[in-house]
Amino acid sequence: MKKVAVVGYGNTKFTKDELPIESLLLESTKQVFDTTKNLSQDLIDGVIVSTNDNSKYLGAILSELSGIKPKISHTVEHLCSSGSSAVISGFSYIASGLVDTVLVTGADKIGNPGQILEWDKSRGEYDHPIYWASMFTKAHKRQFNTTDEELALVSAKNHKQAIDNPNAYSHKPYTISEIMNSKNITDDLRILDCSYSCSGSSSVLLASEETAKKFTDEPIWISGIGQKTNSASFTKNELTTLSSSVIAANDAYKMAKITSQEINVAEIHDAFSVCELMAVEDLNFTEKNTSAQYVRNLFNTEDRKINPRGGLIGAGHPLGATGISQIVEITQQLQNKAKKRQISNANIGLVHNMSAAATSSSVLVLKS
Amino acid sequence: MNKFEDELKTGNFVTSECNHCNRIVWPPSNYCDNCFREVNWRKVSENGIIIEFSKKEHDIFCIAEFENKIRIIGKLDTEINMIKPGQIIKLSKCLLNDKNRFFFSLENNQ
Repeated sequence: MKKVAVVGYGNTKFTKDELPIESLLLESTKQVFDTTKNLSQDLIDGVIVSTNDNSKYLGAILSELSGIKPKISHTVEHLCSSGSSAVISGFSYIASGLVDTVLVTGADKIGNPGQILEWDKSRGEYDHPIYWASMFTKAHKRQFNTTDEELALVSAKNHKQAIDNPNAYSHKPYTISEIMNSKNITDDLRILDCSYSCSGSSSVLLASEETAKKFTDEPIWISGIGQKTNSASFTKNELTTLSSSVIAANDAYKMAKITSQEINVAEIHDAFSVCELMAVEDLNFTEKNTSAQYVRNLFNTEDRKINPRGGLIGAGHPLGATGISQIVEITQQLQNKAKKRQISNANIGLVHNMSAAATSSSVLVLKS
Repeated sequence: MNKFEDELKTGNFVTSECNHCNRIVWPPSNYCDNCFREVNWRKVSENGIIIEFSKKEHDIFCIAEFENKIRIIGKLDTEINMIKPGQIIKLSKCLLNDKNRFFFSLENNQ
Protein backbone atom coordinates (compact mmCIF):
# COMPACT_ATOMS: atom_id res chain seq x y z
CA MET A 1 0.00 0.00 0.00
CA LYS A 2 1.40 3.41 -0.96
CA LYS A 3 1.83 6.11 1.69
CA VAL A 4 -0.61 9.02 1.47
CA ALA A 5 -0.11 12.55 2.78
CA VAL A 6 -2.14 15.69 3.27
CA VAL A 7 -0.21 18.24 1.21
CA GLY A 8 -2.61 21.19 1.00
CA TYR A 9 -5.82 22.52 2.48
CA GLY A 10 -8.49 25.21 2.47
CA ASN A 11 -11.18 26.21 4.95
CA THR A 12 -13.95 28.81 4.76
CA LYS A 13 -15.46 30.58 7.70
CA PHE A 14 -18.47 28.69 9.07
CA THR A 15 -21.51 30.99 9.00
CA LYS A 16 -25.29 31.21 9.03
CA ASP A 17 -25.28 32.44 5.42
CA GLU A 18 -27.42 30.56 2.88
CA LEU A 19 -24.88 30.25 0.08
CA PRO A 20 -25.21 27.97 -2.98
CA ILE A 21 -23.48 24.64 -2.38
CA GLU A 22 -21.37 25.07 -5.53
CA SER A 23 -20.05 28.44 -4.28
CA LEU A 24 -19.16 26.96 -0.91
CA LEU A 25 -17.30 24.05 -2.50
CA LEU A 26 -15.40 26.37 -4.83
CA GLU A 27 -14.34 28.72 -2.05
CA SER A 28 -12.26 26.22 -0.04
CA THR A 29 -10.99 24.65 -3.29
CA LYS A 30 -9.73 28.06 -4.41
CA GLN A 31 -7.82 28.33 -1.12
CA VAL A 32 -6.05 25.04 -1.88
CA PHE A 33 -4.87 26.49 -5.20
CA ASP A 34 -3.97 29.83 -3.59
CA THR A 35 -1.83 28.26 -0.86
CA THR A 36 -0.27 25.08 -2.35
CA LYS A 37 2.99 25.53 -4.22
CA ASN A 38 3.37 24.14 -7.75
CA LEU A 39 -0.29 23.12 -7.91
CA SER A 40 -2.01 23.25 -11.27
CA GLN A 41 -5.26 21.70 -12.40
CA ASP A 42 -3.62 19.08 -14.60
CA LEU A 43 -1.87 17.58 -11.55
CA ILE A 44 -5.15 16.58 -9.86
CA ASP A 45 -6.26 13.03 -10.70
CA GLY A 46 -9.35 12.83 -8.50
CA VAL A 47 -12.03 15.20 -7.17
CA ILE A 48 -14.27 13.90 -4.39
CA VAL A 49 -17.06 15.99 -2.93
CA SER A 50 -18.48 15.33 0.53
CA THR A 51 -21.94 16.71 1.25
CA ASN A 52 -25.47 16.00 2.43
CA ASP A 53 -26.86 18.48 -0.08
CA ASN A 54 -29.48 17.16 -2.49
CA SER A 55 -27.74 18.62 -5.56
CA LYS A 56 -26.47 16.08 -8.05
CA TYR A 57 -23.17 15.57 -9.88
CA LEU A 58 -21.21 17.88 -7.61
CA GLY A 59 -17.89 16.11 -8.23
CA ALA A 60 -18.12 17.00 -11.88
CA ILE A 61 -19.51 20.47 -11.19
CA LEU A 62 -16.68 21.37 -8.78
CA SER A 63 -14.16 19.96 -11.28
CA GLU A 64 -15.57 22.10 -14.08
CA LEU A 65 -15.73 25.25 -11.94
CA SER A 66 -12.08 24.64 -10.94
CA GLY A 67 -10.85 23.80 -14.44
CA ILE A 68 -9.94 20.26 -13.43
CA LYS A 69 -10.53 17.27 -15.71
CA PRO A 70 -9.99 14.45 -13.21
CA LYS A 71 -9.87 10.72 -13.87
CA ILE A 72 -12.12 10.12 -10.87
CA SER A 73 -14.88 12.37 -9.57
CA HIS A 74 -17.91 11.64 -7.43
CA THR A 75 -19.77 12.56 -4.25
CA VAL A 76 -19.65 10.83 -0.86
CA GLU A 77 -22.57 11.06 1.59
CA HIS A 78 -22.47 9.48 5.03
CA LEU A 79 -24.35 12.03 7.18
CA CYS A 80 -22.11 13.76 9.73
CA SER A 81 -19.01 11.71 8.85
CA SER A 82 -19.26 12.32 5.11
CA GLY A 83 -16.03 14.33 5.27
CA SER A 84 -13.81 11.68 6.83
CA SER A 85 -15.44 9.04 4.62
CA ALA A 86 -14.56 11.06 1.51
CA VAL A 87 -10.95 11.47 2.67
CA ILE A 88 -10.71 7.73 3.29
CA SER A 89 -12.00 7.15 -0.26
CA GLY A 90 -9.35 9.53 -1.63
CA PHE A 91 -6.69 7.83 0.52
CA SER A 92 -7.68 4.45 -0.92
CA TYR A 93 -7.42 5.59 -4.55
CA ILE A 94 -3.87 6.80 -3.91
CA ALA A 95 -2.81 3.92 -1.64
CA SER A 96 -3.91 1.45 -4.30
CA GLY A 97 -1.80 3.16 -6.93
CA LEU A 98 -4.78 4.06 -9.09
CA VAL A 99 -3.99 7.78 -8.92
CA ASP A 100 -1.42 10.11 -7.33
CA THR A 101 -3.33 13.22 -6.30
CA VAL A 102 -6.89 13.66 -5.01
CA LEU A 103 -8.71 16.83 -4.01
CA VAL A 104 -11.36 16.21 -1.34
CA THR A 105 -13.79 19.06 -0.74
CA GLY A 106 -16.71 19.00 1.69
CA ALA A 107 -19.47 21.52 2.19
CA ASP A 108 -22.98 21.92 3.51
CA LYS A 109 -25.51 24.69 3.85
CA ILE A 110 -27.06 25.68 7.17
CA GLY A 111 -30.40 24.09 6.25
CA ASN A 112 -28.94 20.87 4.83
CA PRO A 113 -31.11 17.76 5.03
CA GLY A 114 -28.42 15.60 6.64
CA GLN A 115 -29.48 16.06 10.25
CA ILE A 116 -32.51 13.83 10.04
CA LEU A 117 -32.40 10.22 8.93
CA GLU A 118 -35.92 9.88 7.55
CA TRP A 119 -35.45 6.16 6.95
CA ASP A 120 -35.11 5.42 10.66
CA LYS A 121 -38.67 4.34 11.49
CA SER A 122 -37.69 3.42 15.03
CA ARG A 123 -37.20 7.06 15.96
CA GLY A 124 -40.87 7.77 15.27
CA GLU A 125 -41.68 11.46 15.41
CA TYR A 126 -38.52 12.02 17.51
CA ASP A 127 -36.24 12.18 14.50
CA HIS A 128 -34.16 15.27 15.32
CA PRO A 129 -30.68 14.66 16.85
CA ILE A 130 -31.68 16.42 20.10
CA TYR A 131 -33.70 13.34 21.05
CA TRP A 132 -30.89 10.81 20.81
CA ALA A 133 -28.58 13.33 22.49
CA SER A 134 -31.07 13.61 25.36
CA MET A 135 -31.13 9.83 25.72
CA PHE A 136 -27.31 9.66 25.70
CA THR A 137 -27.11 12.44 28.28
CA LYS A 138 -29.76 11.01 30.57
CA ALA A 139 -28.17 7.55 30.42
CA HIS A 140 -24.70 9.03 31.12
CA LYS A 141 -26.03 10.93 34.13
CA ARG A 142 -27.69 7.76 35.36
CA GLN A 143 -24.65 5.48 34.94
CA PHE A 144 -21.81 7.82 35.91
CA ASN A 145 -23.60 10.45 38.05
CA THR A 146 -22.57 13.04 35.46
CA THR A 147 -23.70 16.55 36.40
CA ASP A 148 -24.93 19.46 34.29
CA GLU A 149 -21.81 21.34 35.41
CA GLU A 150 -19.56 18.59 34.04
CA LEU A 151 -21.40 18.67 30.72
CA ALA A 152 -21.12 22.47 30.64
CA LEU A 153 -17.33 22.20 31.06
CA VAL A 154 -17.09 20.61 27.60
CA SER A 155 -19.02 23.45 26.01
CA ALA A 156 -17.16 26.17 27.96
CA LYS A 157 -13.80 24.69 26.91
CA ASN A 158 -14.71 24.31 23.26
CA HIS A 159 -16.33 27.74 22.94
CA LYS A 160 -13.25 29.26 24.55
CA GLN A 161 -10.90 27.44 22.17
CA ALA A 162 -13.01 28.48 19.15
CA ILE A 163 -12.21 32.13 19.87
CA ASP A 164 -8.74 31.56 18.39
CA ASN A 165 -10.12 29.81 15.31
CA PRO A 166 -10.81 32.53 12.70
CA ASN A 167 -13.14 30.18 10.79
CA ALA A 168 -15.32 29.26 13.76
CA TYR A 169 -19.03 29.97 13.78
CA SER A 170 -18.87 31.19 17.39
CA HIS A 171 -16.32 33.57 18.85
CA LYS A 172 -18.15 34.17 22.09
CA PRO A 173 -16.88 32.84 25.41
CA TYR A 174 -19.46 31.38 27.77
CA THR A 175 -19.17 30.78 31.50
CA ILE A 176 -20.14 27.41 32.95
CA SER A 177 -23.04 29.12 34.67
CA GLU A 178 -24.24 30.70 31.40
CA ILE A 179 -24.15 27.30 29.73
CA MET A 180 -25.98 25.58 32.58
CA ASN A 181 -28.62 28.30 32.54
CA SER A 182 -28.99 28.45 28.76
CA LYS A 183 -32.30 27.49 27.20
CA ASN A 184 -33.57 23.99 27.97
CA ILE A 185 -34.06 22.11 24.71
CA THR A 186 -35.15 19.08 26.75
CA ASP A 187 -34.86 18.25 30.46
CA ASP A 188 -31.39 16.83 29.73
CA LEU A 189 -30.05 19.17 27.05
CA ARG A 190 -29.17 22.88 27.12
CA ILE A 191 -28.88 24.79 23.87
CA LEU A 192 -25.22 25.61 24.60
CA ASP A 193 -24.47 21.88 24.89
CA CYS A 194 -25.41 21.48 21.21
CA SER A 195 -23.35 22.03 18.05
CA TYR A 196 -24.98 24.18 15.39
CA SER A 197 -25.66 23.33 11.80
CA CYS A 198 -24.09 26.03 9.67
CA SER A 199 -22.73 26.76 6.20
CA GLY A 200 -19.10 26.09 5.43
CA SER A 201 -16.56 24.31 3.29
CA SER A 202 -13.22 22.58 3.83
CA SER A 203 -10.75 20.95 1.45
CA VAL A 204 -7.66 18.79 1.62
CA LEU A 205 -5.28 17.82 -1.14
CA LEU A 206 -3.99 14.26 -0.80
CA ALA A 207 -0.90 12.97 -2.59
CA SER A 208 1.27 9.89 -2.88
CA GLU A 209 4.76 9.87 -1.35
CA GLU A 210 6.41 10.39 -4.75
CA THR A 211 4.16 13.37 -5.57
CA ALA A 212 3.92 14.97 -2.12
CA LYS A 213 7.29 16.74 -2.16
CA LYS A 214 6.24 18.72 -5.21
CA PHE A 215 3.54 20.46 -3.16
CA THR A 216 4.96 20.77 0.36
CA ASP A 217 8.06 20.37 2.51
CA GLU A 218 5.83 19.29 5.40
CA PRO A 219 3.61 16.43 4.30
CA ILE A 220 1.33 15.07 7.03
CA TRP A 221 0.91 11.33 6.69
CA ILE A 222 -2.37 9.54 7.11
CA SER A 223 -0.92 6.66 9.11
CA GLY A 224 -3.95 4.97 10.59
CA ILE A 225 -7.57 4.54 9.55
CA GLY A 226 -10.45 2.78 11.29
CA GLN A 227 -14.10 2.77 10.31
CA LYS A 228 -17.04 0.88 11.70
CA THR A 229 -20.76 0.88 10.97
CA ASN A 230 -22.87 -0.92 13.56
CA SER A 231 -26.31 0.03 12.31
CA ALA A 232 -28.29 2.86 10.77
CA SER A 233 -31.19 3.14 13.19
CA PHE A 234 -30.51 4.79 16.51
CA THR A 235 -32.46 2.48 18.76
CA LYS A 236 -30.08 -0.45 18.26
CA ASN A 237 -27.44 1.59 20.09
CA GLU A 238 -25.92 1.22 23.49
CA LEU A 239 -26.52 4.53 25.27
CA THR A 240 -23.37 5.06 27.32
CA THR A 241 -20.64 4.02 24.90
CA LEU A 242 -19.82 4.90 21.29
CA SER A 243 -19.14 1.30 20.36
CA SER A 244 -18.43 1.98 16.67
CA SER A 245 -15.82 4.55 17.76
CA VAL A 246 -14.12 2.02 20.06
CA ILE A 247 -13.67 -0.38 17.16
CA ALA A 248 -12.64 2.31 14.66
CA ALA A 249 -10.07 3.72 17.10
CA ASN A 250 -8.52 0.34 17.86
CA ASP A 251 -8.17 -0.39 14.14
CA ALA A 252 -6.63 3.04 13.50
CA TYR A 253 -4.15 2.66 16.39
CA LYS A 254 -3.17 -0.79 15.14
CA MET A 255 -2.62 0.43 11.58
CA ALA A 256 -0.58 3.43 12.79
CA LYS A 257 1.34 1.21 15.25
CA ILE A 258 0.67 3.58 18.14
CA THR A 259 -1.19 3.62 21.43
CA SER A 260 -3.71 6.28 22.39
CA GLN A 261 -1.20 7.66 24.90
CA GLU A 262 1.09 8.76 22.06
CA ILE A 263 -1.48 11.14 20.61
CA ASN A 264 -0.61 14.80 21.19
CA VAL A 265 -3.72 16.47 19.77
CA ALA A 266 -7.19 15.34 18.70
CA GLU A 267 -10.29 16.70 17.00
CA ILE A 268 -13.23 14.69 18.29
CA HIS A 269 -16.90 14.67 17.35
CA ASP A 270 -18.58 16.73 20.09
CA ALA A 271 -21.95 17.03 18.37
CA PHE A 272 -23.27 17.46 21.94
CA SER A 273 -21.33 17.88 25.19
CA VAL A 274 -22.00 14.30 26.26
CA CYS A 275 -20.35 13.02 23.06
CA GLU A 276 -16.98 14.47 24.10
CA LEU A 277 -17.23 12.86 27.53
CA MET A 278 -18.02 9.53 25.89
CA ALA A 279 -15.39 9.88 23.15
CA VAL A 280 -12.39 10.65 25.39
CA GLU A 281 -13.09 7.37 27.15
CA ASP A 282 -13.95 5.34 24.07
CA LEU A 283 -10.84 6.57 22.21
CA ASN A 284 -8.92 5.48 25.32
CA PHE A 285 -7.53 8.90 26.26
CA THR A 286 -8.77 8.33 29.79
CA GLU A 287 -10.27 5.43 31.74
CA LYS A 288 -13.98 4.72 31.91
CA ASN A 289 -15.83 6.96 34.35
CA THR A 290 -13.02 9.55 34.45
CA SER A 291 -13.98 11.70 31.44
CA ALA A 292 -15.48 14.55 33.44
CA GLN A 293 -12.32 14.91 35.51
CA TYR A 294 -10.21 14.62 32.35
CA VAL A 295 -12.10 17.46 30.64
CA ARG A 296 -12.07 19.53 33.84
CA ASN A 297 -8.26 19.24 33.96
CA LEU A 298 -7.99 20.34 30.33
CA PHE A 299 -10.23 23.33 31.04
CA ASN A 300 -8.47 24.34 34.26
CA THR A 301 -4.98 24.07 32.75
CA GLU A 302 -6.01 25.65 29.41
CA ASP A 303 -4.71 22.54 27.67
CA ARG A 304 -6.06 22.55 24.11
CA LYS A 305 -5.24 18.91 23.39
CA ILE A 306 -8.89 18.03 22.68
CA ASN A 307 -10.67 20.06 19.99
CA PRO A 308 -8.20 22.94 19.63
CA ARG A 309 -10.25 24.53 16.81
CA GLY A 310 -13.29 24.51 19.14
CA GLY A 311 -14.81 21.22 18.07
CA LEU A 312 -18.26 21.08 16.56
CA ILE A 313 -19.74 22.99 19.51
CA GLY A 314 -17.44 25.98 19.05
CA ALA A 315 -16.57 25.87 15.36
CA GLY A 316 -20.01 24.83 14.06
CA HIS A 317 -21.08 21.73 12.15
CA PRO A 318 -21.52 22.03 8.38
CA LEU A 319 -21.91 18.25 8.09
CA GLY A 320 -20.06 17.47 4.85
CA ALA A 321 -17.21 19.83 5.76
CA THR A 322 -16.76 18.83 9.41
CA GLY A 323 -14.53 15.75 9.04
CA ILE A 324 -12.32 17.56 6.53
CA SER A 325 -12.09 20.66 8.71
CA GLN A 326 -10.98 18.41 11.58
CA ILE A 327 -8.23 16.99 9.33
CA VAL A 328 -7.17 20.52 8.30
CA GLU A 329 -6.81 21.46 11.98
CA ILE A 330 -4.71 18.41 12.83
CA THR A 331 -2.57 19.01 9.73
CA GLN A 332 -1.93 22.61 10.82
CA GLN A 333 -1.14 21.42 14.35
CA LEU A 334 1.39 18.84 13.12
CA GLN A 335 2.95 21.45 10.80
CA ASN A 336 3.28 23.84 13.75
CA LYS A 337 1.09 26.35 11.88
CA ALA A 338 -1.91 26.53 14.20
CA LYS A 339 -0.91 29.97 15.56
CA LYS A 340 -2.65 30.75 18.88
CA ARG A 341 -4.19 27.27 18.92
CA GLN A 342 -0.83 25.51 18.62
CA ILE A 343 -0.11 22.52 20.87
CA SER A 344 3.62 22.36 21.56
CA ASN A 345 5.60 19.43 20.15
CA ALA A 346 2.63 17.89 18.35
CA ASN A 347 3.81 14.96 16.22
CA ILE A 348 0.83 12.60 16.24
CA GLY A 349 -2.79 13.70 15.90
CA LEU A 350 -6.19 12.06 15.76
CA VAL A 351 -9.50 12.81 14.04
CA HIS A 352 -12.76 11.28 15.28
CA ASN A 353 -15.85 11.80 13.14
CA MET A 354 -19.15 9.95 13.55
CA SER A 355 -22.69 9.77 12.21
CA ALA A 356 -26.23 9.43 13.54
CA ALA A 357 -25.61 8.85 17.25
CA ALA A 358 -22.39 6.92 16.58
CA THR A 359 -24.14 4.24 14.60
CA SER A 360 -20.98 4.62 12.51
CA SER A 361 -17.57 6.17 13.19
CA SER A 362 -14.31 7.07 11.46
CA VAL A 363 -10.96 7.53 13.19
CA LEU A 364 -7.80 8.75 11.46
CA VAL A 365 -4.29 8.97 12.88
CA LEU A 366 -2.02 11.59 11.30
CA LYS A 367 1.74 11.89 11.74
CA SER A 368 4.25 14.58 10.83
CA MET B 1 -43.95 1.79 1.57
CA ASN B 2 -43.83 -1.65 3.18
CA LYS B 3 -46.30 -3.58 5.30
CA PHE B 4 -45.06 -1.88 8.49
CA GLU B 5 -46.24 1.52 7.26
CA ASP B 6 -49.44 0.18 5.71
CA GLU B 7 -50.40 -1.35 9.04
CA LEU B 8 -49.28 1.67 11.07
CA LYS B 9 -51.65 3.79 9.01
CA THR B 10 -54.52 1.71 10.31
CA GLY B 11 -53.28 1.80 13.90
CA ASN B 12 -51.47 -1.54 14.02
CA PHE B 13 -47.86 -1.96 15.19
CA VAL B 14 -46.37 -4.88 13.27
CA THR B 15 -42.90 -6.30 12.87
CA SER B 16 -41.23 -8.42 10.24
CA GLU B 17 -40.16 -11.88 11.34
CA CYS B 18 -38.21 -14.66 9.65
CA ASN B 19 -39.77 -18.07 10.21
CA HIS B 20 -36.71 -19.80 8.80
CA CYS B 21 -34.25 -18.17 11.22
CA ASN B 22 -36.86 -17.90 13.96
CA ARG B 23 -35.97 -14.27 14.66
CA ILE B 24 -37.52 -10.85 14.56
CA VAL B 25 -36.25 -8.67 11.71
CA TRP B 26 -36.00 -5.11 13.04
CA PRO B 27 -36.05 -2.41 11.71
CA PRO B 28 -38.90 -3.66 9.50
CA SER B 29 -37.84 -5.01 6.12
CA ASN B 30 -39.25 -7.23 3.40
CA TYR B 31 -36.34 -9.68 3.67
CA CYS B 32 -34.55 -11.34 6.57
CA ASP B 33 -31.25 -9.62 7.34
CA ASN B 34 -29.70 -13.02 8.03
CA CYS B 35 -30.93 -15.40 5.28
CA PHE B 36 -32.62 -12.98 2.84
CA ARG B 37 -35.80 -15.03 2.69
CA GLU B 38 -39.12 -13.17 2.61
CA VAL B 39 -40.38 -12.22 6.04
CA ASN B 40 -43.78 -12.71 7.65
CA TRP B 41 -45.55 -9.86 9.34
CA ARG B 42 -47.25 -10.03 12.72
CA LYS B 43 -48.48 -7.77 15.48
CA VAL B 44 -45.97 -6.75 18.15
CA SER B 45 -46.93 -7.64 21.72
CA GLU B 46 -48.65 -4.81 23.57
CA ASN B 47 -46.23 -4.55 26.48
CA GLY B 48 -42.68 -3.26 26.41
CA ILE B 49 -40.16 -1.88 28.88
CA ILE B 50 -38.70 1.60 29.26
CA ILE B 51 -35.03 1.74 28.25
CA GLU B 52 -34.46 5.48 28.76
CA PHE B 53 -36.53 8.65 28.78
CA SER B 54 -36.40 12.43 28.83
CA LYS B 55 -38.83 15.31 28.56
CA LYS B 56 -39.36 18.21 26.16
CA GLU B 57 -41.66 20.90 27.50
CA HIS B 58 -44.70 18.88 28.65
CA ASP B 59 -43.98 15.74 26.62
CA ILE B 60 -42.16 12.75 28.06
CA PHE B 61 -40.51 10.70 25.32
CA CYS B 62 -38.89 7.33 25.83
CA ILE B 63 -37.16 4.46 24.11
CA ALA B 64 -39.35 1.42 24.67
CA GLU B 65 -38.26 -2.14 23.93
CA PHE B 66 -40.69 -4.86 22.90
CA GLU B 67 -39.99 -8.59 22.83
CA ASN B 68 -36.33 -8.01 23.85
CA LYS B 69 -35.52 -6.58 20.43
CA ILE B 70 -37.86 -4.03 18.93
CA ARG B 71 -36.99 -0.51 20.10
CA ILE B 72 -39.00 2.59 19.20
CA ILE B 73 -39.20 6.12 20.54
CA GLY B 74 -42.64 7.34 21.53
CA LYS B 75 -44.58 9.61 23.82
CA LEU B 76 -45.29 8.39 27.37
CA ASP B 77 -48.43 9.59 29.09
CA THR B 78 -47.50 9.87 32.79
CA GLU B 79 -45.68 12.10 35.28
CA ILE B 80 -41.87 12.28 35.01
CA ASN B 81 -41.37 11.29 38.66
CA MET B 82 -43.41 8.13 38.14
CA ILE B 83 -40.97 6.44 35.76
CA LYS B 84 -37.64 4.67 35.66
CA PRO B 85 -35.92 2.37 33.17
CA GLY B 86 -37.14 -1.21 33.28
CA GLN B 87 -40.77 -0.32 33.95
CA ILE B 88 -43.43 -2.00 31.86
CA ILE B 89 -45.39 0.17 29.45
CA LYS B 90 -48.28 -0.52 27.11
CA LEU B 91 -48.61 0.71 23.56
CA SER B 92 -51.83 2.70 23.76
CA LYS B 93 -51.91 4.06 20.21
CA CYS B 94 -49.83 4.24 17.07
CA LEU B 95 -50.39 6.01 13.79
CA LEU B 96 -48.72 7.36 10.70
CA ASN B 97 -49.42 10.89 9.64
CA ASP B 98 -46.37 12.44 8.05
CA LYS B 99 -44.25 10.66 10.70
CA ASN B 100 -44.56 7.43 12.69
CA ARG B 101 -46.12 8.18 16.06
CA PHE B 102 -46.22 5.88 19.08
CA PHE B 103 -48.02 6.54 22.37
CA PHE B 104 -47.33 4.62 25.57
CA SER B 105 -48.89 4.44 29.01
CA LEU B 106 -47.59 2.89 32.23
CA GLU B 107 -49.01 -0.60 32.68
CA ASN B 108 -51.16 -1.30 35.76
CA ASN B 109 -50.31 1.98 37.51
CA GLN B 110 -46.93 0.60 38.62
